[in-house]
Amino acid sequence: MVKDNKLFSYRINNDALEIKMVGEIDHHSAVSVRADIDAMIFEQRPKRLILDLSEISFMDSSGLGLIMGRYSLVRELGGTLLLRSPTAAVTKILSLAGMERIIKIEKAFEEDDANEEN
Amino acid sequence: MKRTEMCGRVINSIKLTLPSYSVNEGIARGAVSAFCAQLDPTAAELGDIKCALSEAVTNCIVHAYRDTIGDIYISVDLLEGSVVRIKVKDRGCGIEDVKCARMPLYTTDRAGERSGMGFTVMESFTDSMRVSSSKGKGTTVTLYKKIEGR
Repeated sequence: MVKDNKLFSYRINNDALEIKMVGEIDHHSAVSVRADIDAMIFEQRPKRLILDLSEISFMDSSGLGLIMGRYSLVRELGGTLLLRSPTAAVTKILSLAGMERIIKIEKAFEEDDANEEN
Repeated sequence: MKRTEMCGRVINSIKLTLPSYSVNEGIARGAVSAFCAQLDPTAAELGDIKCALSEAVTNCIVHAYRDTIGDIYISVDLLEGSVVRIKVKDRGCGIEDVKCARMPLYTTDRAGERSGMGFTVMESFTDSMRVSSSKGKGTTVTLYKKIEGR
């Protein structure tokens, strides 16, 4: 079990593995994140993997590769992937790759609330 | 973007040479962001520049210097009319087919989980992109971005 990775924290909630990623995702950081997340997936075999992107300050196409790789792995193991609360910058690159067409993306509650008020 | 805007007088510039260690991706972004701050860009504009630069630098590390460490030459010019010109150059293996490489989802590195979106991101997040490459000699990517500012 991964106990310490500065780039994410996690919690296990019933059949879901929730991973909150922090800071910058680029080719450099994606290497260690990928290895540690995969170790947890193989150990927990979650029905749902949730990647919380609300505290990602930067992500380039290495992050897209990271997400697609986890999507493929979780699907292979019979689970699903959800992306939660991507920031504006992350949403832009996810949209460029058409990610919302294949992976469920849950927007931040704050944004929904703001829209309702308007 | 108008062609004349890409040929404006150089007002300020920086040059960086970094070895192709992956840790330098973030260092390159930090240095170029600091330089661009003089134009008071919006968060979105700065985010676009950081992302495009990161793709160019990562390409040098992952592809140009795949099995070795080499120097990455970055120059950033502030041109008249609030245009930023970023050149990222390597002396690596070169790109065999630039037209193919620029296509979305094209990658030669499936094992490394590359998304194949690097050039697409660079092209989408800037106003203009030029790529020149020579097999065995290296590649130069030139990016232009007009900063409207806050």
